[in-house]
Amino acid sequence: MVWIVRYLWLIPALPAAAAAVIAFAKQRQRRLAATLSIGLMSCSLLLALAALAHTFSQPAVEYVNFPWIQFGTEWLKLGWLLDPLTAVMLVMVTLVGLLIFIFSVGYMAHDENFTRFFCFLSLFAGAMLGVVIANNLLLLFMCWEIVGLTSYLLIGFWYQRPAAAAAAKKAFIVTRIGDLGLFLGMMWLYSLSGTLLFYDHGAGCLEHSAVAAMAAHVAAFGLTASSGIGLLIFCGAAGKSGQVPLHVWLPDAMEGPTPVSALIHAATMVAAGVFLVARVYPLMAASAGGGPSTALEVIAWVGAITALFAAFIAIAQDDIKRILAYSTVSQLGYMMLGLGVGGVAVGMFHLITHAFFKSLLFLGAGSVIHGCNGEQDIHKMGGLRKLMPITFVTYAAGMLALCGFPLFAGFWSKDEILHSAHLWSVSAAPYYMGAAGALLTAFYMTRQVCYVFFGERREAAEAVSGHAAGAHGISGDVHESPVVMAVPLIILAVFAAFLGFIGTPAWPWFQGFLEGRRAALDPGAFAGSGILPLMAVSSVIVFAGLGLGWWFYGRKPIVSAGAPDALEQLQPGIFRALAKRLYVDEFYDATVIRAAWWGSQLFDWMDRWVWNGVVQLVAWIVTGIAWMDSSLDTYVVNTGFDESCKGFVQGGRLMSRLQNGRVQSYLRVLGVALIALVLLLFWSRKG
Amino acid sequence: MNPLASCLMVSALLFSVGLGGALTRRSSILVLVGIELMLNAANLNFIAFWRYGPHPEALTGILFVIFAIAIAAAEAAVGLALILAIYRHSKTTDVNRLDAMKG
Amino acid sequence: MTTPFVILAVVAIGGAVAAMTMRKLVHCALALAVCFVGLAGLYLDLSAQFVGLVQILVYVGAVVILIVFAILLTRNDELPAQTGRTRFAGVGVSAVVFAVLAWAVTAGGAKMGAAGTPPEAAIKDIGGALMQRFVLPLEVVGLLLTAALIGAVVIAMEEKQSTR
Repeated sequence: MVWIVRYLWLIPALPAAAAAVIAFAKQRQRRLAATLSIGLMSCSLLLALAALAHTFSQPAVEYVNFPWIQFGTEWLKLGWLLDPLTAVMLVMVTLVGLLIFIFSVGYMAHDENFTRFFCFLSLFAGAMLGVVIANNLLLLFMCWEIVGLTSYLLIGFWYQRPAAAAAAKKAFIVTRIGDLGLFLGMMWLYSLSGTLLFYDHGAGCLEHSAVAAMAAHVAAFGLTASSGIGLLIFCGAAGKSGQVPLHVWLPDAMEGPTPVSALIHAATMVAAGVFLVARVYPLMAASAGGGPSTALEVIAWVGAITALFAAFIAIAQDDIKRILAYSTVSQLGYMMLGLGVGGVAVGMFHLITHAFFKSLLFLGAGSVIHGCNGEQDIHKMGGLRKLMPITFVTYAAGMLALCGFPLFAGFWSKDEILHSAHLWSVSAAPYYMGAAGALLTAFYMTRQVCYVFFGERREAAEAVSGHAAGAHGISGDVHESPVVMAVPLIILAVFAAFLGFIGTPAWPWFQGFLEGRRAALDPGAFAGSGILPLMAVSSVIVFAGLGLGWWFYGRKPIVSAGAPDALEQLQPGIFRALAKRLYVDEFYDATVIRAAWWGSQLFDWMDRWVWNGVVQLVAWIVTGIAWMDSSLDTYVVNTGFDESCKGFVQGGRLMSRLQNGRVQSYLRVLGVALIALVLLLFWSRKG
Repeated sequence: MNPLASCLMVSALLFSVGLGGALTRRSSILVLVGIELMLNAANLNFIAFWRYGPHPEALTGILFVIFAIAIAAAEAAVGLALILAIYRHSKTTDVNRLDAMKG
Repeated sequence: MTTPFVILAVVAIGGAVAAMTMRKLVHCALALAVCFVGLAGLYLDLSAQFVGLVQILVYVGAVVILIVFAILLTRNDELPAQTGRTRFAGVGVSAVVFAVLAWAVTAGGAKMGAAGTPPEAAIKDIGGALMQRFVLPLEVVGLLLTAALIGAVVIAMEEKQSTR
């Protein structure tokens, strides 16, 4: 066993250990916290790179299992595994994580809870890496839950703000609903296959024999067991990855600090859902008669719907981070679509590229917010192109990558998805939905960039708020970010621009790597199976979107903050509905929340009147018995005893009259005794 | 009624009178007087039995009575001395008041 | 039941009753003397001359005087009578005792008591008996009398007021 595989567990353990140490540190030991987190994360990055290097030569899956708990005669085993999928995720998480850690040193410099922030960040990193290397669905679930916990802690980092606290709760509860499905799927899987280990010398639940058995087993509604389990697991993934209808927590999660949004809600945690589907893909894809399984069909449709739905809403948002949040939801939809129609490689490629450019965009947004002293409304920004050049350039790179501008990273990965959707045997609708989504993506990103970076500088009429400890003093003092924040931006921009080249059709290295085969450089692949026409169509869509965006927002510079949106002027009704996020939250409030409220009222009533009544009754009975006992004691026992004592006393008094100290009475008694004895004597003699 | 019986009756009567007085009178001296009477009644009994009983030549009855008289006299002396001592202590000879041994 | 016997008996009993019922203590003492004299007469009638004379010597001559002295030294002459209940109880008990004794005498079936020849009780014989058969009781009585003498003196002695 190669040393890297044996020591793979160090990768999540190091950041977790950093978190444990920082948890005991004082708040003012900032340098310790930052150094520890960044240092140990760097070590994890190096180990991840070593793991990646190992998988180049050894693409087959390698794993280490160890027994954990014994119940009855069975041992529950946990373990970790290393395969190409794991390796790329490890590198991505550690690299993006490290860059964001460094960024946070600058961003959170003025926050008084700096140390706590790094503790939670490290804990998150440890848990996320645990999710990635887990060889057991249960271990994955445990780390999954810790990831959810840290997400809650970090969204609600500024917990004194009621909006932040509410958003944290919402995130946790909504993902919990998804996790319920995941747990049910887990239990079903365990009952059918007897193990939760993914790979275990042929006995694992993802290995051929178990999967074939589950594919053959038909549960209700003509659904195979494998698809049923897959769909349940997808519930958990949908919750974590913000698929419709469980997407509502993601935009609200923007209440957290921007590095949190970048790391957790763009690059890693939300990708965990996609990763989970990729991990259990053999199960999802298994179908009885070849052709796409039910699970994958559902995933594809949900992904397509999410991609389009979120893109629509993103058009009408005002908060810089909310636009990016809905964009994330939309892109996650694309990833799920990719997994559903094209397979692991297609979905994961987009996940990797998205991680880089979305975190870049978020960090750029954070840089903008930091520079504007906490302002987040795009109507109140503008003209930052000249004031924050580095931020502008890197942001532009990220934006182009996201839109799928030709040759940038997002272009290659999104195109893979659209290509697979086009070729999908079930339906062509997801392709059209994806294409429409791409158009909208370009449009809203252009809108955002025009509002933020172009035009004239617009200031807020009121004082700034939000961003913690405005140590930059007077509002209006817009400045570029410090070096510690700029360098990560630049590094990520490079990745955003050039990462796509590892997966072009000419050289599908990435896809080959994930599937365990060598991929050759083959420029001729462009000519095959309608790739070029599709690429052309995609490019046209992107240009159209950019052009539309510029037409509405870039032609005339936006001068005043209060001016209505150009699109709003065109279609006020639709625009307002989109701005209100298509009323999904209100719908949930009216149905689910209301129902929960009624339920709680019912249970409160029951508790107050029924259970409480029972308890009171019991208490009353006991008190009654006690009272009876007490009165029995007082009136019967005591009185009886007292009376008998009185009798004794009286008897004693009577007897004591004999002893009155008077000689004559004694003499009298003697006389009586004498008489009695004499009579006795006579009668005995006579008889 | 033979002479013996009449003597015995007299002695019985004397005894009862002495007993009644000892039980009834309040002065402790009179209680002693009653006791003396009872003793004398017993002496009379002895003499009567000596006179009318068997073996008068043994003189047992007479000697008994002599001793009884001697002892009775000694006892009377001591008893009266006691009464004097008590009188000095508690200034009374009332038997009803002399109940320190009560209880 | 010869006449002297009856008279003497009446005197004795009358004196006894008087001694036990009179109010004044001195009268009681004197009545007691009369009783003793009557008793002495009875002894003489029963041919126990020595005893009768000893009776007069000791009882009338010493005991009664002693009682008179005691009455003199304690000045509680006029004590009220006992409470009714005590008197009734005492009289009752003595009556019952008399009844029992009388019944014992009459129903005893005494086989003796016939008047025979009066026995001879010469003083010489009494003295001889005292010195021979009853010498031990004699000595003991002597001892007793000594003890009684000393004891009476000690008890009746005035206690010195100890001033410590």
